[in-house]
Amino acid sequence: MDVLNEWAFIGVFLVLSPILPILPIGAAWLLRPKRANVLKSQTYECGVETVGDTWVQFRVQYYIYGLIFLVFDVEMVLLFPWAVAYHKLDFFAFAAGLLFIFLLTDALIYAWRKGVLVWR
Amino acid sequence: MDCTGLCEVLTQGGTDPGLAQFLSILIGVVLVVSVPLVTVIFLIWIERKIAARIQDRIGPNRVGPFGLVQTFADLIKLLIKEDITPASADRLLYNAAPILSLAAVALIWAVVPFTPYHFGVDLEIGALYFVAVASLGTLAIMTAGWASNNKYALLGAFRVVALLVSYEIPLVFALLVPVMLAGSMSMFDIVNAQAGMWFVFMAPLAMLLFFISSQAETGRAPFDLIEAESELVAGFNIEYSGMKFGMFFAAEFLHVFTNGVLITVLFLGGWYFPGWQMPLIAFMWLGLKAFIPYFISLWIRNTVPRLRIDQVMRFNWFFLVPLSIVNVLVLAFLVMILKEIGWVPVDETGAMALADATFIELLPMTIVLFISNVLICLPIINRLRRTGSDDRVADEQRAQHAIAHAAGD
Amino acid sequence: MIQFDFSTIAFFVFAVLTLGGALGVVTNRNLFRGTIWLMVSLFGVAGFYVLLSAPFLAAVQVLVYIGAIAILFTFAVMLTRSLTRLNVRYTRLWPSALGAVLLFAMLVIGVIWPVFGGNEMYSLPLSDVVRTTSDLGVALVSGEGYVLPFEVASLLLTGAMIGAIVIARDADEEELEQ
Repeated sequence: MDVLNEWAFIGVFLVLSPILPILPIGAAWLLRPKRANVLKSQTYECGVETVGDTWVQFRVQYYIYGLIFLVFDVEMVLLFPWAVAYHKLDFFAFAAGLLFIFLLTDALIYAWRKGVLVWR
Repeated sequence: MDCTGLCEVLTQGGTDPGLAQFLSILIGVVLVVSVPLVTVIFLIWIERKIAARIQDRIGPNRVGPFGLVQTFADLIKLLIKEDITPASADRLLYNAAPILSLAAVALIWAVVPFTPYHFGVDLEIGALYFVAVASLGTLAIMTAGWASNNKYALLGAFRVVALLVSYEIPLVFALLVPVMLAGSMSMFDIVNAQAGMWFVFMAPLAMLLFFISSQAETGRAPFDLIEAESELVAGFNIEYSGMKFGMFFAAEFLHVFTNGVLITVLFLGGWYFPGWQMPLIAFMWLGLKAFIPYFISLWIRNTVPRLRIDQVMRFNWFFLVPLSIVNVLVLAFLVMILKEIGWVPVDETGAMALADATFIELLPMTIVLFISNVLICLPIINRLRRTGSDDRVADEQRAQHAIAHAAGD
Repeated sequence: MIQFDFSTIAFFVFAVLTLGGALGVVTNRNLFRGTIWLMVSLFGVAGFYVLLSAPFLAAVQVLVYIGAIAILFTFAVMLTRSLTRLNVRYTRLWPSALGAVLLFAMLVIGVIWPVFGGNEMYSLPLSDVVRTTSDLGVALVSGEGYVLPFEVASLLLTGAMIGAIVIARDADEEELEQ
């Protein structure tokens, strides 16, 4: 059960770490002046009254970046066990890793050639 | 669960075993957490002093000796500052974002090995843990930008998140290198594997990649699109004021130093330096070494201008990502070859084992890997130099043309 | 009497997180908040992985879902029009409800019922082949292990990326032309 003991530490840490910022924010909530008025609590956009909705439709480009990142993220996650075991693997394993990375580099080159990686 | 150390003492003192266990964990967590918290207070002072010196100013010097107490004065100021929540904001998420932001950075410290004997936990998946936890910070920025219901905030958050996720790819690929060399994701094992030779000598390129992308992860110049004042006012935290703004601020300061510590653990040999057997000296070495990348990070921040988002993205996708992939592959290939010809220290099962090897045993392997890194870098530097000089020539021609045009009118 | 120790408490906390988060997702009219609730739910699932002695999977869960999928979702949310005030109601509730009930029944009968009551499943030993992440690495790339699925996974990811680029690029170009 040693493993769980380590994670109990992480669990306590998880509970405790939000308390760190909550304490000063809470203290500030007690100490600070609370004189909000309508003008103060307006959205700050350089003194100009805000026009239209903030939550509007964004460009699809962000989504493409997110998607390419997701693919790479999954790839890296699969490479971690390979890297951990690498010190005791043979040449076949190196070739397997190489092929794995090459297949994904293909996709990167495709994205590159299609020009979706250029920020417009 | 086992019960050793403090827990054992408490149990003998008549405390209930379960409670004793919980208390010992709690005390451990508080101790580990207090390290970054105490550090961040002084880091703010150090950073302001260094930035001031670079910009030919004096910096804080009024409150306390050398302005040392300035941070506390600022803290009190932040505490009594009025804190405005915009009326149109999503209140719950607006308040949750700064908390998550600082918590995410603090959580990284759970796996940092301070000395050979003192550390939070030695997770088997330590390296992956810190990447996973750091990604919570990205979510915090996104939440802050969205919940503020401000166009600048949302646009800033979106840009920055696109930037952060992009730079996470070279970061993690660079992280694969120490993991591969140490044969473990545990931070403790990674430090131990550097007993004979620090990884910075075996994989300087990986360290450079890690450093650049972690600079981007903290949102510091030249990657500080996070608060591109000239175009986005202040980016995702525009609507934040008072202590909530302070929390984002503290998270950023802490993140920079955390990256310094991580680079030390992953590449600069952690606590290894003469006298590391003493816990206090080991801790000191770790801190001093962490100060090197930290200082360079500040140096870059205060001297390099901000880049445009398209330049930053191109730098990542067309330069860092391919380079980091090539770096990993070359290292993997060379390690395999070196193992075949017997230049790599191995244990009795024939697996690579760097932890027990001496400096001399590691030297041939290090030289080969170092040269390979230099060889990867040479054509790149050459190419960069050529592009740079071409750009300069084009610029000069354009300028001359403009002058001639103006004179002719 | 259930003995309360860390793992029991943690189990209930994660159960509340997972189910509460899921409830938040389905009851929220605001898509962004729904995404955040989904992340809470997935974080709870990561906790279960830790309790089941699979910390690697837990880290992957946080890294991929909270680190990448959440970002992707928010980007996707911002692609929709009028995301905070959805007035389109999904009307075909009955077929969906039936499907959900059937799925739940299958889970109960197939997975939960056989192990309910007994604690034997709890004490099943870990796999002999894969105990640590290192073993997982060996299993993934050795000839007698799972090297084929490993490579096929790479191919699948490549396919997914190319497909997404093709679809999204067309949309982007239409947008630019406007």
